[in-house]
Amino acid sequence: MEPIEQSKKPVISRQVDGFFITVYEIFRFISRFFREVLRRPFETREFIRQCFYIGNRSLPLISLTGFITGLVFTKQSRPSLAEFGATSWLPSLISIAIVRALAPLVTALICAGRVGSSMGAELASMKVTEQIDAMEVSAINPFKYLVMTRVLACTICLPLLMCYNGLIALVGAFVDIHLNEQTSMETFIQNAFTNISFLDLAASLVKALVYGFTIGIVSCYQGFHASQGTEGVGKSANVSVVVSMFLIFIEEVIIVQLVNTIR
Amino acid sequence: MKSFIPNIDKQQTVISIRGLYKSFGSNHVLRGVDLDLHRGENIVVLGRSGTGKSVLIKVIVGLLYPDAGTVRVLEQEVPELGAHALRNLRLKVGFCFQHGALYDSMTVGENLAFPLKRNEPGMTRKERDKRIEMVLEAIGLSHTIHQMPAELSGGQRKRIGIGRTLILRPEIMLYDEPTAGLDPITCTEINDLINEVQHRFKTSSIIITHDLTCAKSTGDTIAVLKEGWFIRQGNFDDVFSSDEALIREFYEYNFIQ
Repeated sequence: MEPIEQSKKPVISRQVDGFFITVYEIFRFISRFFREVLRRPFETREFIRQCFYIGNRSLPLISLTGFITGLVFTKQSRPSLAEFGATSWLPSLISIAIVRALAPLVTALICAGRVGSSMGAELASMKVTEQIDAMEVSAINPFKYLVMTRVLACTICLPLLMCYNGLIALVGAFVDIHLNEQTSMETFIQNAFTNISFLDLAASLVKALVYGFTIGIVSCYQGFHASQGTEGVGKSANVSVVVSMFLIFIEEVIIVQLVNTIR
Repeated sequence: MKSFIPNIDKQQTVISIRGLYKSFGSNHVLRGVDLDLHRGENIVVLGRSGTGKSVLIKVIVGLLYPDAGTVRVLEQEVPELGAHALRNLRLKVGFCFQHGALYDSMTVGENLAFPLKRNEPGMTRKERDKRIEMVLEAIGLSHTIHQMPAELSGGQRKRIGIGRTLILRPEIMLYDEPTAGLDPITCTEINDLINEVQHRFKTSSIIITHDLTCAKSTGDTIAVLKEGWFIRQGNFDDVFSSDEALIREFYEYNFIQ
């Protein structure tokens, strides 16, 4: 048969078409996640492995940043409060800041950097070395095995890590307050939690869930759609982190606005 | 030269492709490909890099969708299959990737066990181990069972890749550049393995290559792809008696240089 020419002209321009195609692909990727999340088989073993990787292995970094955040924030806030003789408000101020904003945001940013980049790079490397195609042709659903497990693990682990981060930040704050104001643990706890409402805790948990899902889905999408070659692996890792962080800040603004409306 | 395989209905067509077109943007890779693979037959697809050889077998296994044309595999129209039917079809079609595509984080044994665990959940551990042992013995790499892919040579990776495909007992094998980047001795071993797989497992195969030694020793039929379609199909001697410039270049490069 003689070859014929087939032409595919862009509808608007190549860039604009490309943008809308990407948006549509992301939408399809997310909808596929929700379609398949309750379908068998459940890759329990891989899910637990990912939880261990995302959760357990992030603990040292989360501990360090949590402690330093609490400590430094307390140190920076003291002079301002001292001007009004209100250093006794420190535990309350610090705990509100940690629960409402710092713990979810710091945890999310750390996870976006650590987990997002490694997820993006790992899946991208599997993509360019045809390991994902190999799963596909072996009648294994790579989306279930690779994406579902990672996104779920990220979504579930982030609230847990956030709670841990918040706790460690409060410990950091307590250490500084105890050393400077000789406040006892009992008084610190009493003051710290007086002004924390259920809405604050619930909003932070929702934030962490949303951030976890965002990091997981963005990184897996980037990895799954990596272009060919080693350059694509680095690019996927990089874009995973940048896009995750960008979205986290946008989500932060939206959620805070919503919570303030409810409050 | 290849020997005859008994007890196989060689008239039965297992893959039938008609008028296949596939483009990537403005790059028209396949432009009207026709191909028939019969049961027990090995077809070698020859062509220069970038002529769409790998695209062809990726369309066969449903990794890529054609722009036009029909692709029938084991009596099923591949582009029209739903996810479940495509999954079932893929159990019967083995695909060996150019670089093996072994899962980096798993040992050789786990690489072979992985498709089995997912696709034959009723299988006991003992049965699974027995199957893995049998396949590793068939590809001559029983000793690598606990090794990681990073510890294997290029040839070993390709053999394990073939083994991982064989573990699901496919009827059709698709080989993507099985001898690319290997030394001549390892190439001969891979060619022998392809023939052994055909005889022992009664498979029909499409072998993508630009290595004429591989084509000569494994192919019953040779199909030469140029500019998106087959310019010549037939047995090795028929094809290479042609005066077509590409075919002459191939022949001279492989056997003279």
